[in-house]
Amino acid sequence: MSIAVAIILSVILIMALLVAAGVFTWVERRGLGFLQERLGPNRVGPFGFLQWVADTVKLLTKEDEVPPGGDAITFRLAPALAAIPVLAGFGVVAFGPGLSLAALDMGVIFILAMLALTVYAMVLGAWASHNRYALLGGLRAAAQMLSYEAFFGLSLMGVVMLAGSLSLGQIVEAQSGVWFFILQPVGCALFLLAGIAAAHRLPFDLQESEQDLVAGFMTEYSGMSFALFFLGEYLAVILVSALAVTLFFGGWLGPILPGPIWFGLKVGALALAFIWIRAILPRPRYDQLVGFAWKWGLPLALINLLLTGALVVLIGGRPG
Amino acid sequence: MSWGFAIWAATLAFAAAVMAVTRASAVHALLLLLASLLALGVAFFAMAANFAGVIQLLIYAGAVVAVFVFVVMTVDAGEAAMAREREMLRSAWRWPALFVGLSVIPILFGIGGGPMGEGAPAGADTRELGLLLFGDWGVATELVALMLIAGMIGVRHLGRNLGPRLRERGRE
Repeated sequence: MSIAVAIILSVILIMALLVAAGVFTWVERRGLGFLQERLGPNRVGPFGFLQWVADTVKLLTKEDEVPPGGDAITFRLAPALAAIPVLAGFGVVAFGPGLSLAALDMGVIFILAMLALTVYAMVLGAWASHNRYALLGGLRAAAQMLSYEAFFGLSLMGVVMLAGSLSLGQIVEAQSGVWFFILQPVGCALFLLAGIAAAHRLPFDLQESEQDLVAGFMTEYSGMSFALFFLGEYLAVILVSALAVTLFFGGWLGPILPGPIWFGLKVGALALAFIWIRAILPRPRYDQLVGFAWKWGLPLALINLLLTGALVVLIGGRPG
Repeated sequence: MSWGFAIWAATLAFAAAVMAVTRASAVHALLLLLASLLALGVAFFAMAANFAGVIQLLIYAGAVVAVFVFVVMTVDAGEAAMAREREMLRSAWRWPALFVGLSVIPILFGIGGGPMGEGAPAGADTRELGLLLFGDWGVATELVALMLIAGMIGVRHLGRNLGPRLRERGRE
Protein backbone atom coordinates (compact mmCIF):
# COMPACT_ATOMS: atom_id res chain seq x y z
CA MET A 1 0.00 0.00 0.00
CA SER A 2 1.48 3.34 -1.03
CA ILE A 3 1.63 6.25 1.43
CA ALA A 4 -1.01 8.24 -0.53
CA VAL A 5 -3.50 5.33 -0.47
CA ALA A 6 -2.79 4.76 3.23
CA ILE A 7 -3.51 8.43 4.00
CA ILE A 8 -6.77 8.42 1.99
CA LEU A 9 -7.95 5.20 3.67
CA SER A 10 -6.98 6.60 7.10
CA VAL A 11 -9.05 9.75 6.48
CA ILE A 12 -12.05 7.65 5.36
CA LEU A 13 -11.72 5.42 8.45
CA ILE A 14 -11.43 8.43 10.79
CA MET A 15 -14.53 10.05 9.25
CA ALA A 16 -16.50 6.80 9.56
CA LEU A 17 -15.42 6.45 13.19
CA LEU A 18 -16.37 10.04 14.04
CA VAL A 19 -19.85 9.44 12.62
CA ALA A 20 -20.06 6.09 14.43
CA ALA A 21 -19.15 7.78 17.74
CA GLY A 22 -21.81 10.44 17.12
CA VAL A 23 -24.48 7.84 16.34
CA PHE A 24 -23.39 5.87 19.41
CA THR A 25 -24.18 8.85 21.66
CA TRP A 26 -27.73 8.83 20.22
CA VAL A 27 -28.04 5.05 20.70
CA GLU A 28 -26.82 5.39 24.28
CA ARG A 29 -29.22 8.17 25.18
CA ARG A 30 -32.18 6.40 23.58
CA GLY A 31 -31.09 3.09 25.15
CA LEU A 32 -30.74 4.62 28.61
CA GLY A 33 -34.12 6.29 28.11
CA PHE A 34 -35.68 2.91 27.28
CA LEU A 35 -34.05 1.21 30.29
CA GLN A 36 -35.08 4.04 32.63
CA GLU A 37 -38.63 4.21 31.26
CA ARG A 38 -38.37 7.66 29.70
CA LEU A 39 -38.17 8.91 26.11
CA GLY A 40 -34.61 10.16 25.67
CA PRO A 41 -33.84 12.59 22.81
CA ASN A 42 -36.90 12.81 20.54
CA ARG A 43 -37.09 16.30 19.05
CA VAL A 44 -34.40 16.61 16.36
CA GLY A 45 -35.09 14.34 13.36
CA PRO A 46 -36.96 11.02 13.40
CA PHE A 47 -36.72 9.43 16.89
CA GLY A 48 -34.33 12.26 17.79
CA PHE A 49 -31.70 10.66 15.51
CA LEU A 50 -30.15 13.99 14.50
CA GLN A 51 -29.63 15.03 18.13
CA TRP A 52 -25.94 14.18 17.88
CA VAL A 53 -25.55 16.54 14.89
CA ALA A 54 -27.24 19.34 16.86
CA ASP A 55 -25.01 18.60 19.86
CA THR A 56 -21.89 18.71 17.69
CA VAL A 57 -22.86 22.11 16.26
CA LYS A 58 -23.62 23.38 19.76
CA LEU A 59 -20.26 22.19 21.14
CA LEU A 60 -18.34 23.60 18.17
CA THR A 61 -19.81 27.06 18.71
CA LYS A 62 -19.57 27.13 22.51
CA GLU A 63 -17.00 29.27 24.28
CA ASP A 64 -13.92 27.29 25.24
CA GLU A 65 -11.60 29.03 27.69
CA VAL A 66 -8.65 28.18 29.93
CA PRO A 67 -9.49 28.59 33.64
CA PRO A 68 -7.57 31.24 35.62
CA GLY A 69 -4.31 29.81 36.96
CA GLY A 70 -4.48 26.90 34.53
CA ASP A 71 -1.64 25.82 32.24
CA ALA A 72 -2.84 26.85 28.77
CA ILE A 73 -0.64 24.57 26.61
CA THR A 74 -1.30 21.43 28.62
CA PHE A 75 -5.00 22.31 29.00
CA ARG A 76 -5.40 22.50 25.21
CA LEU A 77 -3.23 19.44 24.50
CA ALA A 78 -4.99 17.04 26.92
CA PRO A 79 -8.32 16.59 25.03
CA ALA A 80 -6.43 15.75 21.83
CA LEU A 81 -4.61 13.01 23.73
CA ALA A 82 -7.99 11.49 24.61
CA ALA A 83 -9.03 10.94 21.00
CA ILE A 84 -5.88 10.59 18.86
CA PRO A 85 -4.36 7.41 20.41
CA VAL A 86 -7.73 5.63 20.21
CA LEU A 87 -8.08 6.59 16.54
CA ALA A 88 -4.55 5.28 15.96
CA GLY A 89 -5.55 2.00 17.63
CA PHE A 90 -8.18 1.41 14.92
CA GLY A 91 -5.36 1.31 12.37
CA VAL A 92 -4.58 -2.32 13.20
CA VAL A 93 -8.14 -3.61 13.71
CA ALA A 94 -9.02 -6.42 11.26
CA PHE A 95 -12.52 -5.56 9.96
CA GLY A 96 -12.54 -8.57 7.64
CA PRO A 97 -10.15 -11.07 6.04
CA GLY A 98 -7.16 -8.94 5.00
CA LEU A 99 -9.17 -5.79 5.71
CA SER A 100 -7.05 -3.62 8.01
CA LEU A 101 -5.03 -0.46 7.48
CA ALA A 102 -1.87 -1.95 8.95
CA ALA A 103 -1.61 -5.71 9.41
CA LEU A 104 0.82 -5.36 12.30
CA ASP A 105 2.05 -8.75 13.52
CA MET A 106 1.48 -7.64 17.13
CA GLY A 107 -1.72 -5.68 16.72
CA VAL A 108 -3.01 -6.80 20.14
CA ILE A 109 -0.21 -5.09 22.06
CA PHE A 110 -0.37 -2.02 19.83
CA ILE A 111 -4.05 -1.47 20.74
CA LEU A 112 -3.25 -1.97 24.44
CA ALA A 113 -0.47 0.63 24.14
CA MET A 114 -2.78 3.13 22.46
CA LEU A 115 -5.46 2.65 25.13
CA ALA A 116 -2.82 3.11 27.85
CA LEU A 117 -1.81 6.49 26.39
CA THR A 118 -5.31 7.91 26.92
CA VAL A 119 -4.64 8.23 30.64
CA TYR A 120 -2.45 11.27 29.91
CA ALA A 121 -5.51 13.11 28.64
CA MET A 122 -7.20 12.80 32.02
CA VAL A 123 -4.14 13.30 34.18
CA LEU A 124 -2.75 16.29 32.30
CA GLY A 125 -6.18 17.83 31.76
CA ALA A 126 -6.78 17.53 35.49
CA TRP A 127 -3.46 19.08 36.43
CA ALA A 128 -3.75 21.92 33.92
CA SER A 129 -7.26 22.83 35.12
CA HIS A 130 -5.99 24.24 38.43
CA ASN A 131 -9.00 22.81 40.21
CA ARG A 132 -9.18 20.48 43.21
CA TYR A 133 -12.02 18.31 41.90
CA ALA A 134 -10.20 17.93 38.61
CA LEU A 135 -6.94 17.00 40.34
CA LEU A 136 -8.67 14.34 42.45
CA GLY A 137 -10.22 12.96 39.25
CA GLY A 138 -6.81 12.89 37.58
CA LEU A 139 -5.24 11.03 40.49
CA ARG A 140 -8.04 8.48 40.41
CA ALA A 141 -7.56 8.07 36.65
CA ALA A 142 -3.84 7.36 37.02
CA ALA A 143 -4.34 4.88 39.88
CA GLN A 144 -7.16 3.11 38.02
CA MET A 145 -5.15 2.86 34.83
CA LEU A 146 -2.11 1.39 36.63
CA SER A 147 -4.32 -1.11 38.49
CA TYR A 148 -6.32 -2.35 35.51
CA GLU A 149 -3.60 -2.14 32.87
CA ALA A 150 -1.72 -4.91 34.68
CA PHE A 151 -4.35 -7.59 34.14
CA PHE A 152 -5.89 -6.12 30.98
CA GLY A 153 -2.94 -7.41 28.98
CA LEU A 154 -2.54 -10.65 30.95
CA SER A 155 -6.23 -11.56 30.55
CA LEU A 156 -5.89 -11.90 26.78
CA MET A 157 -2.55 -13.73 26.75
CA GLY A 158 -4.42 -17.05 27.03
CA VAL A 159 -5.96 -16.30 23.64
CA VAL A 160 -2.56 -15.41 22.24
CA MET A 161 -1.22 -18.76 23.47
CA LEU A 162 -4.11 -20.68 21.89
CA ALA A 163 -3.79 -18.83 18.58
CA GLY A 164 0.02 -18.84 18.64
CA SER A 165 0.07 -15.29 17.31
CA LEU A 166 -0.27 -11.64 18.33
CA SER A 167 -1.73 -10.72 14.95
CA LEU A 168 -5.45 -9.90 15.10
CA GLY A 169 -6.10 -11.51 11.70
CA GLN A 170 -4.44 -14.78 12.69
CA ILE A 171 -6.27 -14.84 16.03
CA VAL A 172 -9.62 -14.62 14.18
CA GLU A 173 -8.60 -17.36 11.76
CA ALA A 174 -7.63 -19.58 14.73
CA GLN A 175 -11.29 -19.38 15.89
CA SER A 176 -12.72 -21.02 12.76
CA GLY A 177 -13.49 -24.14 14.85
CA VAL A 178 -14.54 -22.74 18.21
CA TRP A 179 -14.67 -19.18 19.51
CA PHE A 180 -12.18 -18.40 22.24
CA PHE A 181 -14.75 -17.19 24.77
CA ILE A 182 -15.72 -20.86 25.19
CA LEU A 183 -12.10 -21.92 25.76
CA GLN A 184 -11.18 -18.82 27.79
CA PRO A 185 -14.25 -17.85 29.87
CA VAL A 186 -12.18 -16.41 32.74
CA GLY A 187 -9.91 -14.51 30.38
CA CYS A 188 -12.95 -13.15 28.52
CA ALA A 189 -14.69 -11.99 31.73
CA LEU A 190 -11.51 -10.34 33.03
CA PHE A 191 -10.85 -8.70 29.67
CA LEU A 192 -14.34 -7.21 29.52
CA LEU A 193 -14.07 -5.94 33.10
CA ALA A 194 -10.69 -4.32 32.45
CA GLY A 195 -12.03 -3.07 29.11
CA ILE A 196 -14.77 -1.13 30.87
CA ALA A 197 -12.11 0.39 33.13
CA ALA A 198 -9.85 1.17 30.16
CA ALA A 199 -12.72 2.95 28.41
CA HIS A 200 -13.55 4.79 31.68
CA ARG A 201 -17.20 3.80 31.53
CA LEU A 202 -19.72 3.41 34.29
CA PRO A 203 -19.49 1.70 36.74
CA PHE A 204 -15.70 2.29 36.50
CA ASP A 205 -15.78 6.03 35.85
CA LEU A 206 -14.70 7.22 39.29
CA GLN A 207 -12.38 9.81 37.77
CA GLU A 208 -15.40 11.81 36.61
CA SER A 209 -18.10 10.68 39.01
CA GLU A 210 -20.46 13.62 39.21
CA GLN A 211 -21.86 12.75 42.64
CA ASP A 212 -18.58 13.34 44.49
CA LEU A 213 -16.24 15.14 42.05
CA VAL A 214 -18.58 17.45 40.04
CA ALA A 215 -17.19 16.12 36.73
CA GLY A 216 -13.70 15.10 37.88
CA PHE A 217 -10.95 15.86 35.38
CA MET A 218 -13.51 17.43 32.99
CA THR A 219 -14.84 19.97 35.48
CA GLU A 220 -13.23 22.98 33.78
CA TYR A 221 -13.70 21.85 30.18
CA SER A 222 -16.33 23.15 27.81
CA GLY A 223 -17.05 23.38 24.09
CA MET A 224 -14.99 21.32 21.68
CA SER A 225 -12.38 20.36 24.29
CA PHE A 226 -15.15 18.76 26.34
CA ALA A 227 -16.47 17.06 23.20
CA LEU A 228 -13.03 15.61 22.43
CA PHE A 229 -12.95 13.88 25.83
CA PHE A 230 -16.34 12.35 25.09
CA LEU A 231 -15.29 11.43 21.59
CA GLY A 232 -12.27 9.60 23.06
CA GLU A 233 -14.51 7.74 25.50
CA TYR A 234 -17.02 6.58 22.87
CA LEU A 235 -14.28 5.61 20.45
CA ALA A 236 -12.61 3.66 23.26
CA VAL A 237 -15.86 1.73 23.82
CA ILE A 238 -15.97 0.85 20.12
CA LEU A 239 -12.27 -0.08 20.10
CA VAL A 240 -12.53 -2.29 23.20
CA SER A 241 -15.64 -3.94 21.69
CA ALA A 242 -13.79 -4.51 18.41
CA LEU A 243 -10.84 -6.02 20.28
CA ALA A 244 -13.12 -8.26 22.38
CA VAL A 245 -14.97 -9.44 19.25
CA THR A 246 -11.66 -10.19 17.53
CA LEU A 247 -10.16 -12.04 20.49
CA PHE A 248 -13.12 -13.92 21.93
CA PHE A 249 -16.13 -13.84 19.59
CA GLY A 250 -14.75 -14.97 16.26
CA GLY A 251 -14.09 -11.55 14.68
CA TRP A 252 -15.56 -11.45 11.17
CA LEU A 253 -16.45 -15.18 11.15
CA GLY A 254 -20.12 -16.06 10.65
CA PRO A 255 -22.48 -17.74 8.16
CA ILE A 256 -24.10 -16.23 5.01
CA LEU A 257 -23.35 -12.53 5.57
CA PRO A 258 -20.02 -10.98 4.47
CA GLY A 259 -17.25 -10.85 7.12
CA PRO A 260 -17.22 -7.06 7.73
CA ILE A 261 -21.02 -7.10 8.30
CA TRP A 262 -20.64 -9.83 10.92
CA PHE A 263 -17.83 -7.88 12.53
CA GLY A 264 -19.93 -4.71 12.65
CA LEU A 265 -22.95 -6.55 14.08
CA LYS A 266 -20.89 -8.18 16.83
CA VAL A 267 -19.16 -4.91 17.75
CA GLY A 268 -22.56 -3.17 17.84
CA ALA A 269 -24.01 -5.86 20.12
CA LEU A 270 -21.08 -5.58 22.53
CA ALA A 271 -21.26 -1.78 22.53
CA LEU A 272 -24.95 -2.11 23.45
CA ALA A 273 -23.90 -4.34 26.34
CA PHE A 274 -21.69 -1.46 27.56
CA ILE A 275 -24.80 0.77 27.65
CA TRP A 276 -26.81 -1.93 29.39
CA ILE A 277 -24.11 -2.37 32.07
CA ARG A 278 -24.02 1.41 32.57
CA ALA A 279 -27.77 1.44 33.18
CA ILE A 280 -27.99 -1.42 35.65
CA LEU A 281 -24.84 -1.34 37.80
CA PRO A 282 -23.98 1.16 40.55
CA ARG A 283 -20.50 2.61 40.96
CA PRO A 284 -18.25 0.77 43.44
CA ARG A 285 -16.28 2.70 46.04
CA TYR A 286 -12.86 3.84 44.84
CA ASP A 287 -10.85 1.56 47.18
CA GLN A 288 -13.07 -1.39 46.19
CA LEU A 289 -12.32 -0.69 42.53
CA VAL A 290 -8.54 -0.63 42.96
CA GLY A 291 -8.60 -3.45 45.53
CA PHE A 292 -10.47 -5.72 43.09
CA ALA A 293 -7.86 -5.15 40.40
CA TRP A 294 -4.89 -6.15 42.57
CA LYS A 295 -6.49 -8.76 44.83
CA TRP A 296 -8.69 -10.59 42.29
CA GLY A 297 -8.11 -9.42 38.74
CA LEU A 298 -4.33 -9.83 38.60
CA PRO A 299 -4.10 -13.20 40.47
CA LEU A 300 -6.96 -14.67 38.44
CA ALA A 301 -5.37 -13.53 35.17
CA LEU A 302 -2.03 -15.08 36.21
CA ILE A 303 -3.67 -18.40 37.22
CA ASN A 304 -5.61 -18.44 33.94
CA LEU A 305 -2.38 -17.82 32.04
CA LEU A 306 -0.55 -20.59 33.89
CA LEU A 307 -3.31 -23.14 33.35
CA THR A 308 -3.70 -22.22 29.68
CA GLY A 309 0.05 -22.52 29.15
CA ALA A 310 0.13 -25.93 30.85
CA LEU A 311 -2.84 -27.19 28.81
CA VAL A 312 -1.43 -25.89 25.54
CA VAL A 313 1.88 -27.68 26.17
CA LEU A 314 0.19 -30.90 27.39
CA ILE A 315 -2.36 -31.15 24.59
CA GLY A 316 -0.77 -29.41 21.66
CA GLY A 317 2.91 -29.87 22.40
CA ARG A 318 3.61 -26.22 21.60
CA PRO A 319 5.75 -24.14 21.26
CA GLY A 320 7.90 -24.71 18.23
CA MET B 1 9.34 1.90 6.57
CA SER B 2 12.84 3.15 5.98
CA TRP B 3 15.98 4.45 7.58
CA GLY B 4 14.91 7.99 6.64
CA PHE B 5 11.85 7.74 8.91
CA ALA B 6 13.96 6.16 11.65
CA ILE B 7 16.55 8.96 11.59
CA TRP B 8 13.82 11.62 11.52
CA ALA B 9 12.02 10.06 14.52
CA ALA B 10 15.30 9.56 16.40
CA THR B 11 16.22 13.22 15.83
CA LEU B 12 12.84 14.27 17.23
CA ALA B 13 13.34 11.96 20.20
CA PHE B 14 16.76 13.47 20.87
CA ALA B 15 15.50 17.07 20.58
CA ALA B 16 12.57 16.34 22.92
CA ALA B 17 14.93 14.68 25.40
CA VAL B 18 17.23 17.72 25.39
CA MET B 19 14.24 20.01 25.96
CA ALA B 20 12.97 17.71 28.72
CA VAL B 21 16.09 18.25 30.84
CA THR B 22 16.20 22.01 30.25
CA ARG B 23 12.59 22.91 31.23
CA ALA B 24 11.89 24.64 34.51
CA SER B 25 8.36 23.23 34.79
CA ALA B 26 8.39 19.58 35.90
CA VAL B 27 5.13 18.73 34.10
CA HIS B 28 6.31 20.30 30.84
CA ALA B 29 9.54 18.32 31.17
CA LEU B 30 7.52 15.13 31.62
CA LEU B 31 5.42 15.94 28.57
CA LEU B 32 8.60 16.33 26.55
CA LEU B 33 9.94 13.07 27.99
CA LEU B 34 6.70 11.43 26.85
CA ALA B 35 7.14 12.96 23.39
CA SER B 36 10.71 11.67 23.29
CA LEU B 37 9.64 8.12 24.22
CA LEU B 38 6.85 8.17 21.64
CA ALA B 39 9.25 9.33 18.95
CA LEU B 40 11.64 6.57 19.97
CA GLY B 41 8.78 4.08 19.56
CA VAL B 42 8.18 5.41 16.05
CA ALA B 43 11.91 5.04 15.32
CA PHE B 44 11.73 1.38 16.35
CA PHE B 45 8.73 0.84 14.05
CA ALA B 46 10.61 2.52 11.23
CA MET B 47 13.50 0.09 11.75
CA ALA B 48 10.99 -2.81 11.55
CA ALA B 49 11.60 -3.58 15.23
CA ASN B 50 7.84 -3.75 15.81
CA PHE B 51 8.05 -5.62 19.10
CA ALA B 52 10.47 -3.09 20.61
CA GLY B 53 8.21 -0.33 19.25
CA VAL B 54 4.99 -1.53 20.89
CA ILE B 55 6.77 -2.35 24.15
CA GLN B 56 8.28 1.13 24.11
CA LEU B 57 4.79 2.61 23.71
CA LEU B 58 3.06 0.32 26.20
CA ILE B 59 5.59 0.14 29.03
CA TYR B 60 7.63 3.34 28.88
CA ALA B 61 5.29 5.86 27.29
CA GLY B 62 2.09 4.22 28.59
CA ALA B 63 2.97 3.23 32.15
CA VAL B 64 6.32 4.50 33.46
CA VAL B 65 5.83 8.18 32.59
CA ALA B 66 2.25 7.93 33.91
CA VAL B 67 3.71 7.08 37.33
CA PHE B 68 6.06 10.08 37.12
CA VAL B 69 3.15 12.36 36.19
CA PHE B 70 1.10 10.86 39.02
CA VAL B 71 3.79 11.90 41.52
CA VAL B 72 4.65 15.29 40.04
CA MET B 73 1.05 16.50 39.80
CA THR B 74 0.58 15.99 43.53
CA VAL B 75 3.48 18.36 44.26
CA ASP B 76 2.65 22.02 43.97
CA ALA B 77 5.62 23.30 41.95
CA GLY B 78 4.56 26.96 41.91
CA GLU B 79 6.51 29.97 40.71
CA ALA B 80 9.10 29.78 43.53
CA ALA B 81 10.10 26.22 42.62
CA MET B 82 10.33 27.15 38.95
CA ALA B 83 12.57 30.14 39.77
CA ARG B 84 14.83 27.83 41.80
CA GLU B 85 14.92 25.39 38.89
CA ARG B 86 15.85 28.18 36.46
CA GLU B 87 18.67 29.27 38.76
CA MET B 88 20.04 25.71 38.89
CA LEU B 89 19.71 25.24 35.14
CA ARG B 90 21.91 28.23 34.51
CA SER B 91 25.05 26.25 35.36
CA ALA B 92 24.14 22.69 36.36
CA TRP B 93 23.48 21.35 32.87
CA ARG B 94 26.86 22.26 31.32
CA TRP B 95 28.92 19.19 32.30
CA PRO B 96 26.14 16.63 31.69
CA ALA B 97 25.48 18.29 28.33
CA LEU B 98 29.19 18.04 27.41
CA PHE B 99 29.31 14.31 28.24
CA VAL B 100 26.07 13.58 26.40
CA GLY B 101 27.35 15.58 23.42
CA LEU B 102 30.61 13.62 23.36
CA SER B 103 28.78 10.31 23.57
CA VAL B 104 26.46 11.26 20.71
CA ILE B 105 29.31 11.99 18.27
CA PRO B 106 30.15 8.31 17.53
CA ILE B 107 26.45 7.61 16.91
CA LEU B 108 26.26 10.48 14.45
CA PHE B 109 29.35 9.20 12.67
CA GLY B 110 27.81 5.73 12.64
CA ILE B 111 24.69 7.08 10.96
CA GLY B 112 26.78 9.00 8.45
CA GLY B 113 29.13 6.31 7.30
CA GLY B 114 28.23 3.02 9.02
CA PRO B 115 26.78 -0.05 7.32
CA MET B 116 23.06 0.79 7.17
CA GLY B 117 21.98 -1.68 4.51
CA GLU B 118 19.91 -0.97 1.45
CA GLY B 119 16.18 -0.16 1.43
CA ALA B 120 13.92 -1.00 4.36
CA PRO B 121 15.34 -2.76 7.43
CA ALA B 122 14.47 -6.43 7.78
CA GLY B 123 11.76 -7.29 10.30
CA ALA B 124 11.97 -9.93 13.02
CA ASP B 125 9.25 -12.46 13.86
CA THR B 126 7.81 -12.17 17.40
CA ARG B 127 7.91 -15.94 17.81
CA GLU B 128 11.62 -16.03 16.94
CA LEU B 129 12.26 -13.23 19.40
CA GLY B 130 10.36 -15.04 22.15
CA LEU B 131 12.21 -18.29 21.53
CA LEU B 132 15.51 -16.41 21.57
CA LEU B 133 14.68 -14.62 24.83
CA PHE B 134 13.58 -17.78 26.63
CA GLY B 135 16.04 -20.08 24.81
CA ASP B 136 19.57 -18.87 24.15
CA TRP B 137 19.25 -15.84 26.42
CA GLY B 138 17.08 -17.55 29.03
CA VAL B 139 19.43 -16.97 31.97
CA ALA B 140 19.90 -13.27 31.17
CA THR B 141 16.12 -12.83 30.76
CA GLU B 142 15.46 -14.51 34.11
CA LEU B 143 18.12 -12.34 35.80
CA VAL B 144 16.49 -9.19 34.46
CA ALA B 145 13.09 -10.51 35.56
CA LEU B 146 14.48 -10.94 39.08
CA MET B 147 14.82 -7.17 39.28
CA LEU B 148 11.04 -7.02 39.50
CA ILE B 149 11.28 -8.78 42.86
CA ALA B 150 12.98 -5.65 44.22
CA GLY B 151 9.91 -3.71 43.16
CA MET B 152 7.64 -6.27 44.80
CA ILE B 153 9.54 -6.03 48.09
CA GLY B 154 9.35 -2.24 47.85
CA VAL B 155 5.58 -2.34 47.34
CA ARG B 156 5.18 -4.73 50.28
CA HIS B 157 7.29 -2.41 52.44
CA LEU B 158 5.46 0.77 51.43
CA GLY B 159 2.05 -0.87 51.66
CA ARG B 160 2.55 -2.28 55.18
CA ASN B 161 0.02 -1.38 57.81
CA LEU B 162 1.27 1.75 59.55
CA GLY B 163 -1.93 2.23 61.55
CA PRO B 164 -0.67 1.31 65.08
CA ARG B 165 2.66 3.13 64.61
CA LEU B 166 0.97 6.30 63.37
CA ARG B 167 -1.39 6.26 66.34
CA GLU B 168 1.63 5.90 68.65
CA ARG B 169 3.32 8.87 67.01
CA GLY B 170 0.14 10.86 67.44
CA ARG B 171 0.19 10.20 71.21
CA GLU B 172 3.78 11.44 71.45
